[in-house]
Amino acid sequence: MNKTINNAAWIFVIPVVALVAFNAIIPLMTVVNYSVQETFGDNVFFWHGVGWFQDVLESRRFHDSLLRQLGFTFTILFIEVPLGVAIALAMPRKGPWVSVCLVLMALPLLIPWNVVGAMWNIFALPDIGLLGRGLNALGFDYNFTRQPGDAWFTLIAMDVWHWTSLVVLLAYAGLVSIPDAYYQAAKIDGAKPLAIFRFIQLPKLKRVLTIAVLLRFMDSFMIYTEPFVLTGGGPGNSTTLLSIDLVKIALGQFDLGPAAAMSLIYFLIILLLSWIFYTLMMRNEAQ
Amino acid sequence: MRRLSWLVPTFYILFLMLPIYWLLNMSFKTTNEILGTFTLWPQDFTLDNYRTIFTDPTWYTGYINSLIYVTMNTVLSVCVALPAAYAFSRYRFLGDKHLFFWLLTNRMAPPAVFALPFFQLYSAVGLFDTHIAVALAHTLFNIPLAVWILEGFMSGVPKELDETAYIDGHSFWSFFLKIFVPTIAAGIGVAAFFCFMFSWVELLLAKTLTAVDAKPIAATMTRTASTSGYELGLLAAAGSLTIVPGAFVIYFVRNYIAKGFALGRV
Repeated sequence: MNKTINNAAWIFVIPVVALVAFNAIIPLMTVVNYSVQETFGDNVFFWHGVGWFQDVLESRRFHDSLLRQLGFTFTILFIEVPLGVAIALAMPRKGPWVSVCLVLMALPLLIPWNVVGAMWNIFALPDIGLLGRGLNALGFDYNFTRQPGDAWFTLIAMDVWHWTSLVVLLAYAGLVSIPDAYYQAAKIDGAKPLAIFRFIQLPKLKRVLTIAVLLRFMDSFMIYTEPFVLTGGGPGNSTTLLSIDLVKIALGQFDLGPAAAMSLIYFLIILLLSWIFYTLMMRNEAQ
Repeated sequence: MRRLSWLVPTFYILFLMLPIYWLLNMSFKTTNEILGTFTLWPQDFTLDNYRTIFTDPTWYTGYINSLIYVTMNTVLSVCVALPAAYAFSRYRFLGDKHLFFWLLTNRMAPPAVFALPFFQLYSAVGLFDTHIAVALAHTLFNIPLAVWILEGFMSGVPKELDETAYIDGHSFWSFFLKIFVPTIAAGIGVAAFFCFMFSWVELLLAKTLTAVDAKPIAATMTRTASTSGYELGLLAAAGSLTIVPGAFVIYFVRNYIAKGFALGRV
């Protein structure tokens, strides 16, 4: 759409800018402030330069939680995206079952995150949970509160449970928007299902899948409540993702300087990702 | 193969329902039954857990608090986002792209980064432990989202609609309120749904900004879990009840959910 140039349109955005600025800029400046200062208590602060940033960037702890975070994010992406597309392909296109499927599938998305964590905790407990009890009955030695491997399995199962529906809904919306004429043409050409997927459905899905992948990427990068309630970052530090580590340092140990420096590094990583996201999306839009 | 394809969504939905079933199952059991035996359905069916929640003010005020700040946040976010989304979809102005991207970055900001500064900011302005504080804090990620979704829907409305209305003699506000807003009613519904959803499910900020008077249900749950040991039945009942509002609003937007997640751009 060709837009009119009109600087008076700023009036319309002022309320949004004011509200978001109040919420974003003031707290962000507080964080920046803390990140360059050192304190020995009594609210006396003095200049510390980039020392905290160096400490954080060099610390084993930060590297470890960053690695765990990346591992988590990529694992869930590799499971959720193909699974979501597969389910969307198998879903009915018309009829009463469409609404039933959509409503039931969207349900996990609207459960408060701590309830998701608590629900999976109860579900997976080895003595009273259906999953834990079931796996043990099948002969697996499963205990997610003691064994790091099991904790990871539960964490990933929980995220797949919670968010695959998002990919399904997006992919489904993309599939429904393909006109029937495309399929008829493919039928005349005698195309196999695989060819239909590769040359008709996948290109049409590109746009929604970009959104899906990047939304999942960013949201999984900030995940906090669900793993916190499920495992609390344990056993040991085995499921301590970036957010959990950050809250531990900031609110648990009250190490404001390192926490602030870590926040900024964390935020910059996400900023970089969202910039890539934005550029990709705008390029899609321009086409 | 096509004939068996219904199996895939069926199994998936089954997988989705299992943990929810387990939660419901627990909520109808007594604490003794939960801890003492392993049963697939309640042997000793009880509504005591629900009765406790509906009669004990520390529990039910949690739900009321959550609903109050979620509603405030939804109304605020959508009202403020409407004109802004219109500006982004119709006009080009100084710094528009940068501004849009900056709004977007706030959607990506991890709440963990903001928890402590938010606590200090809202304490400083005297809003700590009020519903307004949580509602305002949640606008951080809900306003960008609402602007984004509404902009997507508005860009789908041809510009000729605006021009025709002006030729017919409508003033800007009369056009905007009487013609444009009804045209994108579906988009507004979807934006409101998403604001509701993200404000309803968020816990970290809501918990950090409240103590007693505006404590959300989610915080009541975590505190009960830690203070009174293992009241699993009660916890399960409280959890089950938090699913209800979500299920209720999903039903109304079921045909638009996907479009909303695609930010109005399918």
